[in-house]
Amino acid sequence: MPTDRRTAEQLTRKKEWEEGILKQALEYLPEREIPFTTVSGKEIAPLYTEEDLQGWDSNRDLGFPGEFPYTRGIHPSMYRSRLWTMRLFSGFGTPEDTNSRFKYLLASGQTGLSVAFDLPTLMGIDSDNPLAEGEVGKCGVAIDTLEDMEILFDGIPLADVTTSMTINAPAAILFAMYVALAQKQGADIRKISGTIQNDILKEYIAQKEWIYPPRPSMRLVIDSFKFCAEYVPRWNSISISGYHIREAGSTAVQELAFTLRDGIEYVQWAIDAGMNVDEFAPRLSFFFDSHNDFFEEIAKFRAARRTWARVMRDRFHAKNERSWLCRFHTQTAGCTLTAQQPYNNIIRIAIQALAAVLGGTQSLHTTSLDEALSLPTEMGAQIALRTQQIIAHESGADNTVDPLGGSYFVERLTNEMEQDANDYFRRIDEMGGMVAAIERGFPQREIQEASYRYQRALEAKKKIVVGVNEFATEKDYVVPIQEIGEDVAEHQKARLAKVNRQRDNRRVSALLHELRETAKTDRNLLPVMVEAVKEYATLGEICDALKEVFGIYQEPNF
Amino acid sequence: MTSTRKIRVLIAKPGLDGHDRGAKVIARSLRDAGMEVIYTGLRQTPEKIVFAALQEDVDAIGLSVLSGAHMRLFGRVLELMKQHQLEDILLFGGGIIPTEDVARLKQMGVAQIFLPGTTTEEVIEFLQKSIKPKA
Repeated sequence: MPTDRRTAEQLTRKKEWEEGILKQALEYLPEREIPFTTVSGKEIAPLYTEEDLQGWDSNRDLGFPGEFPYTRGIHPSMYRSRLWTMRLFSGFGTPEDTNSRFKYLLASGQTGLSVAFDLPTLMGIDSDNPLAEGEVGKCGVAIDTLEDMEILFDGIPLADVTTSMTINAPAAILFAMYVALAQKQGADIRKISGTIQNDILKEYIAQKEWIYPPRPSMRLVIDSFKFCAEYVPRWNSISISGYHIREAGSTAVQELAFTLRDGIEYVQWAIDAGMNVDEFAPRLSFFFDSHNDFFEEIAKFRAARRTWARVMRDRFHAKNERSWLCRFHTQTAGCTLTAQQPYNNIIRIAIQALAAVLGGTQSLHTTSLDEALSLPTEMGAQIALRTQQIIAHESGADNTVDPLGGSYFVERLTNEMEQDANDYFRRIDEMGGMVAAIERGFPQREIQEASYRYQRALEAKKKIVVGVNEFATEKDYVVPIQEIGEDVAEHQKARLAKVNRQRDNRRVSALLHELRETAKTDRNLLPVMVEAVKEYATLGEICDALKEVFGIYQEPNF
Repeated sequence: MTSTRKIRVLIAKPGLDGHDRGAKVIARSLRDAGMEVIYTGLRQTPEKIVFAALQEDVDAIGLSVLSGAHMRLFGRVLELMKQHQLEDILLFGGGIIPTEDVARLKQMGVAQIFLPGTTTEEVIEFLQKSIKPKA
């Protein structure tokens, strides 16, 4: 066959080159004495050629954009038809503060909203809970009741924007508030669109904002899948997230493998709960990190699409092509930002953002240069958005689909990523699935090891971080930072007290009782949650009611 | 007869923040450097942390805070240490903490704040230099 002959010729040519011109050159000028590895510690060869793609079949493994296995992208024309959504995550202080940041971002040309909640909200506790001391409004916006959501989206019609909400353990409740607010605004909930993160498995693995044990938490996730499938069909009921896994110190392969294996777990649980795979799988979405190692990241994104398509078609026998698509949001890696010489972060973010675009992301959050110091300032957020606009409108990266497709190096890395992810799938399958693996601490330990190895590599200067372990300066340029005062907590507590006085407390108690009773059955919890939030039951009250039935999670020691 | 004991350090995550990558890397590095390390796990109240420090008879407490709640959390731990006459215990910390706040925390009595980019070696040296092992 001609291709075999060509490969054989190539092999001979490569050997000649290695033993001839390369060897001579290295005698004169040897390679630098550094490890040529990715940021994840993967060895990279000096040159990639056709021989690195033996067994690779461009029709089978690459295909065309918009076609199985989607290596080149989920849309046939990608950014030529529609640019990625520029979606900056924001939220801080009171709902009023965040509402004005949202309006500012929409006016600056941002195309979707993304809400960051404060830690008490993420943990399902109200602003007046003693455990919330010092944390109200710090890492995001504080939401206690529907009234806070009404203020958060004041003047923003939910029928016209798409909203992403980064919320997990209490995701169903915040989603119930969003649905209730959309109904109050008169929007058709069959048409509203957005995403709730709702990915509880990565909380146990990496982000660690859990409330209930894994099994009842999985039930809440599946209840929201069912509710969305029936009433809010354009809503993405989950964003299966590798971002936090990576930020906790995993390698690129671990991020890919654990995220997709979490995806497999959700699909399996939904099928086990009686759903048809094609009923919910088209609404699954993903969320990845874009780290510093440019080519490794691009390969990871491409491998994610191909691996997921194969899983959905071959493992779960999904028939609807939309079920095969790995649609994803990307965020540039917050953990790569340095507090030292903070302006350098703009460059890191630009490189990471470009990798996400060349990897074919559907939406992108660029972090702000000041995030190793504080929450983003308005200036930081604007530079971050401008970075995406420069890539979109000046760099030319949008002109053609999958510009790196067919690169020996990128295709080889993509293949290896997929293989390594499949190896992890096998190990986790053998443990009885991801919930079981988490209960044994497997992914948690793998990440801890990787993060420790990376720290050692930094300290041995096997990996360089500019401005930190090399090229440090005595004096850094100062960037302005965003401060959140303690008055946010007072403001929230006062509003919460007012809401609690004005609502119908008998009705709220009756609904909380109904919620507990529903939790004991296998009936869907979402409809009663929507009723309860409409009566201004607080987030903390609803979470506490469920704690009585579900219990709370304690992390085992590993 | 006196025998010097190993330096004992309590590493704690106060507040609601779940970002424990730094705390865990530090705990492990101090352990590898021959210290005895007690890691409290996530979401400890200042009361629980100070109680654990008392119980475990530690030489130092290290707090990791990335949530922006550092002023309140460090302040409360210092207050409780004073109440229980534990001022001989060295309090240090790390996380996402603005430089102005670092100065304020040091004035309040925090021995050192380590910011992102610190090597584990620096933390180890700091503790070895600042702590005279108890007899």
